[in-house]
Amino acid sequence: MHAGRRLVLKGGIALAALVSFPRILLAAAWPDKAFSSTTAGQAMIDLLGTDQTTPSDQIRLKVPEIAENGAVVPVTISTSLENVESISIVVENNPRPLVATFEISPETLPDISSRIKMGETSDVMAVVKTDAGIFSTSKQVKVTIGGCGG
Amino acid sequence: MTKAAAAFGSIFAILLVQQAALAGPEEDRAAFAAYYQSRFPDIPFAEFANGIYAIDSDARAQWLEIEEFPPYEFAIEVGEAIWSEALPDGSSLGDCFQQPVEDIRTLFPRFDASRGEVVTLEVAINDCRVARDLPPLGYDSQAMISTTAYLAFEARGKILETRVSGNQLGALAAYEAGKRFYYTKRGQLNFACADCHVTSVGQYVRADRLSASLGHPTHFPVYRSKLGTMISLQQRFAGCIRDVRAKPFELQSVEYRNLEYFLNYMSNGLELNGPGARK
Amino acid sequence: MASKIKVKAKLSGDIAEIKTLMLHPMETGARKDPDTGALVPMHHITQLTLTKNGEPIVVANLSTAVAKNPYFSCKVRGAKAGDTLKISWVDNLGATDELETVLG
Repeated sequence: MHAGRRLVLKGGIALAALVSFPRILLAAAWPDKAFSSTTAGQAMIDLLGTDQTTPSDQIRLKVPEIAENGAVVPVTISTSLENVESISIVVENNPRPLVATFEISPETLPDISSRIKMGETSDVMAVVKTDAGIFSTSKQVKVTIGGCGG
Repeated sequence: MTKAAAAFGSIFAILLVQQAALAGPEEDRAAFAAYYQSRFPDIPFAEFANGIYAIDSDARAQWLEIEEFPPYEFAIEVGEAIWSEALPDGSSLGDCFQQPVEDIRTLFPRFDASRGEVVTLEVAINDCRVARDLPPLGYDSQAMISTTAYLAFEARGKILETRVSGNQLGALAAYEAGKRFYYTKRGQLNFACADCHVTSVGQYVRADRLSASLGHPTHFPVYRSKLGTMISLQQRFAGCIRDVRAKPFELQSVEYRNLEYFLNYMSNGLELNGPGARK
Repeated sequence: MASKIKVKAKLSGDIAEIKTLMLHPMETGARKDPDTGALVPMHHITQLTLTKNGEPIVVANLSTAVAKNPYFSCKVRGAKAGDTLKISWVDNLGATDELETVLG
């Protein structure tokens, strides 16, 4: 049995011993608790085991400066970090900050796009989990109430 | 002078006056386009078909992202099915129009002299259904809007060439009525369409940036992100009129049909690029 | 019936760029029905899975904060013409949908 299995999971510590296991994309249970968390920090602890991330300028987060409409905000996240396991989108000021989390296979490029809802002006954080740790970058997106967008 | 000659003379005079007055719409249109071009000298004429995205770059970037895979594609599919489905008598909607599908959007709105009113595409679609003993589609129904979305898509690239013909008694009057509506202040806020979309174009009304009316009709119907559904040009009229705190008119009322006629004429020369995606 | 999943897949070299648009209300559960005033129940895609030749390439867990009529795009290496791409989702009410396409 691999010694790695006896390692206790501690926040932020790379599980080097498990690298030899092929990483399987689990059609795992929907992370209910993480999606129910009302703070970004708690959501990350529930999802990734920690709310500590390493800021990285190797993550490119494309979001608008001022969202045309909070109901549909385009988000693109790409990174040159290697061995990316998952990419998650966290909107600090949303009632439930964790918006989505994307687990990707080793063949999938760490370059994804989607469209999200934002309730109000907020920092949008891209959280990238690799085999070396958890990295992030964030940008503020302004959300305004219209005047006559009808 | 004989009575006949006098009668002939006066009819001739009326036609002459009408001919002269028809310099009106074309002059109006040229002045309209020239105004926006002078307000935004760096924007090519054709770009105005993109509405606010011609003048706001951050909004344009978001719009281009939506256009990567725009939700109106679902409506186009639904519309195509409605257009080609067999009606009880074996015919389909297309049979009423007897024109290639890519031309149909370009035929409307038009002035129908025999009816003495402007006929829009939506009215024509319902005329077709009623003639075949089918109930008309609601003007705000997704079925109607999807059908016009499909026809708008098929017509992409065609140049808008609305006609206000001097040979049709009433066409000019309808155009003038639409124009008058556009420039008339209304509602508690006492705004005319022109106050926002001509005078204050490019400026902000709270957090919304005002688009130019040049190009307004080319990209409808639109998928609205805010609503997650499609809306028609006339539903947008109703929305704007509610926003200035006036009571909206009924969809396909004579007021809205004349306004649609006027606005389409003002955008002549632009490429049709519907359906569109907006916030 | 019109499909509720649309996909556009483009092959460049050995990289397939996959874009998908799904018809789904993504109701948050916090919106009031304008006619009845009652809350519209939460109804959203919970999990979206993309596979290439049967192997998962992306498993996405989504909340109600993904926009209505969700859009997702990604790129996968090691792709070639003839590969089968499948997009499938399940929502919180247990409904499912899927679409398969062959990379051209």
